[in-house]
Amino acid sequence: MVEVAHPGRWPRRSFWLGLVGVLVVLVTLELVARFELLPARWFPPVTVVFGALIELLPTGDLWADVGRTLQGWALGLGLAAGLAVPLGLLIGSVEPAYRACRAVIEFLRPIPSVALIPAAVLLFGIGTGMKVFLVAFAAFWPILFQAVYGVQDVSPGVKETARAYGLGPLARFGRVVLPSTLAYVATGLRISSAIALILAVTAELVVGAAGLGRAIVTAQTAAQVPRMYALIAVTGILGWLLSTGFHAVEARLLHWHPAQRKEVLA
Amino acid sequence: MIRRGLLLTLEIAVPVLLLAGYAVWAARAQSFYFPPLGTIQERFAQLWLFERVPDDLLPSLRRLGIGYVLCVLLGVGAGLLLGVSRVVQQAVQPLAEFLRALPAVALIPFGVLVFGFGDSMRIFIIVVGAVWPILLNTIDGVRGVDPGMLEMARAYQVGRWGRIRGIVVPAALPRVVAGMRTSLSIAIILMVVSEMVAGRDGVGYFVLESQRRFAISDMWTGIILLGIVGYLANFLFVQAERRLLRWHRESKGLAR
Repeated sequence: MVEVAHPGRWPRRSFWLGLVGVLVVLVTLELVARFELLPARWFPPVTVVFGALIELLPTGDLWADVGRTLQGWALGLGLAAGLAVPLGLLIGSVEPAYRACRAVIEFLRPIPSVALIPAAVLLFGIGTGMKVFLVAFAAFWPILFQAVYGVQDVSPGVKETARAYGLGPLARFGRVVLPSTLAYVATGLRISSAIALILAVTAELVVGAAGLGRAIVTAQTAAQVPRMYALIAVTGILGWLLSTGFHAVEARLLHWHPAQRKEVLA
Repeated sequence: MIRRGLLLTLEIAVPVLLLAGYAVWAARAQSFYFPPLGTIQERFAQLWLFERVPDDLLPSLRRLGIGYVLCVLLGVGAGLLLGVSRVVQQAVQPLAEFLRALPAVALIPFGVLVFGFGDSMRIFIIVVGAVWPILLNTIDGVRGVDPGMLEMARAYQVGRWGRIRGIVVPAALPRVVAGMRTSLSIAIILMVVSEMVAGRDGVGYFVLESQRRFAISDMWTGIILLGIVGYLANFLFVQAERRLLRWHRESKGLAR
């Protein structure tokens, strides 16, 4: 969505409208629960959920769980980026490398990352290693494809110009290819960040590695319904913060490279 | 010409060498976790041609199909409605963004609570997790329609329905399809995860159950099957997309 830049006018209006939208939904949910239009034991009022959230906030448990989820997210995403960016640069710039990897990539990519959960449990147990492996596998692909696409999308004219100015291969790579590719890598990181969080939470939820996912299941099985909703809300806020953060960083770092950036769908 | 031949050889040789390498290594190493290729292949034929297809594969595909179709209908329908009014769209945007950022798997315990362990819980999870890319992209696409075109159509007395069908839908379609593609891979992930949580059937259930029984070859066949499902789903999608958007590529000079 491209917001037209009317400083201080449109964005502010959209902010208030958004706030109204959120409030309307919250109030509706509250009323639905208060008048018991939906079964009360499944749908507690929003205020009760909010109370549960307030109760959770000062406890160390919540923050420890957030920390564990974030740890899996960060390690996996970092590992994925560390592998995918160099490989993407290589595949993107050297054709034999691209051809050599193509079939293997085409074979591995469609495997839904979550299908590997059982294999990951076998190989890494049920701790952080398993979580990091799953997150890294899933987060690897968008970064790889964005990096390859970024290298290949450098305009030939620019490369020729750099060559004409007598830049050596290394200088051309560092000054022309790399900056342009970084824009795409940033986009890949943003896409992967969301996927990484999904996988981290899934690993906790399905296998029972410590973190927010497991805490949600625990609350559900213990019939602590408001607590379950509060934890789901925390997970959502975490996802929203990460995605907003990546958008902001992307916009700030890459303001010089706006129009050419596209998301290639992995 | 020689270069092309070499590249093609490389493209074929590397996967073949990798497979052969694995076959030799697995036969020698007798690793418990990595059974020989022959064993996996044998088990795959025994299990998935076609003994367990009706028990596990078809239920999975049914959930995926129903869930995905619901996603498309809800996402496109709501997106068209919301996209038409700027006020409503701005009021809904933050909520939709929040729900998209929420990892849908976190809603599985909620789904279990409300729907129990049946199919409806799994379909609910697929819809609630995978509808957002379609919805947000449809809103985006509708908002990106050239207002001049709409004005002109109005001036020519084209009715509301005609304007939607003739101008809004074609203009929004490329964005919608891009959203549908993202949505498809999310839907497959959610299908698998929802089957892993207290499932009774489905390929996701089968894979996890095999691991718990330490039937390692069976587990790998399930993983490979899910890879095939993912590959075919994507392949079919791309084919359909080519047909649906041919005019778009041609108009942008991208036709091949």
